[in-house]
Amino acid sequence: MTSITKILTHAFEKDEGHVHIHIKEKPYSNPYLVGVGLGLVLLAAFVIMGRGLGASGALSTAVAVTVNKIAPKHAAQNNFYKEYVGDETTNPLMDWLIFQTIGVLVGGFISGTVSHRVKKGIEKGPRISTRMRLVYAFIGGGLLGWGAKLARGCMSGQALSGGAVLNLGSWVFMMMVFVGGYAAAYFMRRQWI
Amino acid sequence: MNAPFFKFEYFNRDVSLIIAFAIGIAFGIALEKGGFGRATILASQFYFTNMRVLKVMFTAIVTAMLGLYFFSVIGFVDLSLVYLTQTNMLPMVVGGLVAGVGFVIGGYCPGTSVVAFATGKIDAVVYVLGMIFGIFVFGEMFPSIENIFNSGFMGNVTIPSYFNLSYGLVVFLVVLMALGAFAAAEWGEKKMSEKSGKEKV
Repeated sequence: MTSITKILTHAFEKDEGHVHIHIKEKPYSNPYLVGVGLGLVLLAAFVIMGRGLGASGALSTAVAVTVNKIAPKHAAQNNFYKEYVGDETTNPLMDWLIFQTIGVLVGGFISGTVSHRVKKGIEKGPRISTRMRLVYAFIGGGLLGWGAKLARGCMSGQALSGGAVLNLGSWVFMMMVFVGGYAAAYFMRRQWI
Repeated sequence: MNAPFFKFEYFNRDVSLIIAFAIGIAFGIALEKGGFGRATILASQFYFTNMRVLKVMFTAIVTAMLGLYFFSVIGFVDLSLVYLTQTNMLPMVVGGLVAGVGFVIGGYCPGTSVVAFATGKIDAVVYVLGMIFGIFVFGEMFPSIENIFNSGFMGNVTIPSYFNLSYGLVVFLVVLMALGAFAAAEWGEKKMSEKSGKEKV
């Protein structure tokens, strides 16, 4: 972990030596307008496909397929991996969520490029070191990966998509995310403010 | 023409993957435009300084909910064919709490980390590695927590069906709640900026 952060920190610092032509980045859009746009994308997914949006599912498939490649016997005994690998009649990587997530990557890059917001950097408050920020990013990612799997979905699949179809469990999940977030916020304040 | 189109087999699985890619692009653009590719903006939700997360999320939920409700009332969309994740109360409560704590520590949720990744944020790359690790740990733990994962099973249950309310009434209540949340968010942001303004003087 330490060596990874070192490499990444180094890669980041190297870039600061270069002279950049700074094109002013555009401000972010009105949140309510973005919300309507995001809602229409979600509605389109419901109308066309009969399902909502997702994010953590694509990585789960990737993890399950990798484990299955390396240790097929081990994966075969595990219902979690089996669910994502499937019955081998179809390629598990030819999956809706994987294609949708690659789309998110492309869409984010297009939008960022158009608004001059694609920039190598590390997101953090002024009171925390780069290394600690990266350690927290890893821990937070780990907790979300774990929690989302236990809850059968993340902010996209549960809170957003399940929220719009008034799914009981999704609303409970969403409320719990806010409870957990606000409860932990005090202890993380040095990282952000 | 009836919707959801895929459920009525207007196109096959291969075409659905192209649609997935297109919808993903639109999803990514919306998230980036909302400022969700930046952990500092996402985290500020939890310090009441910038309530964009709440505003975008609730507006999106209300928009999609109203659209879907309208389409089902006019008989265009068959709501029973729209996917519902089954509810398992205990794992959803615990998973939600863990995810909320992870959100503040990591600064992203899974979808937003992809956008941050795409716009060059190195902490998002590390976050995604963490997520892969977390999913792997969950997978390895799965045989021993499988009974917890399947506990509190309630099936496909919505708020209207659980509380025995009409769908339209719940839609109306969610809209009211969202409007209340928006008013509170605008008020809170104003208060916080006044406070920080005074501190600077």
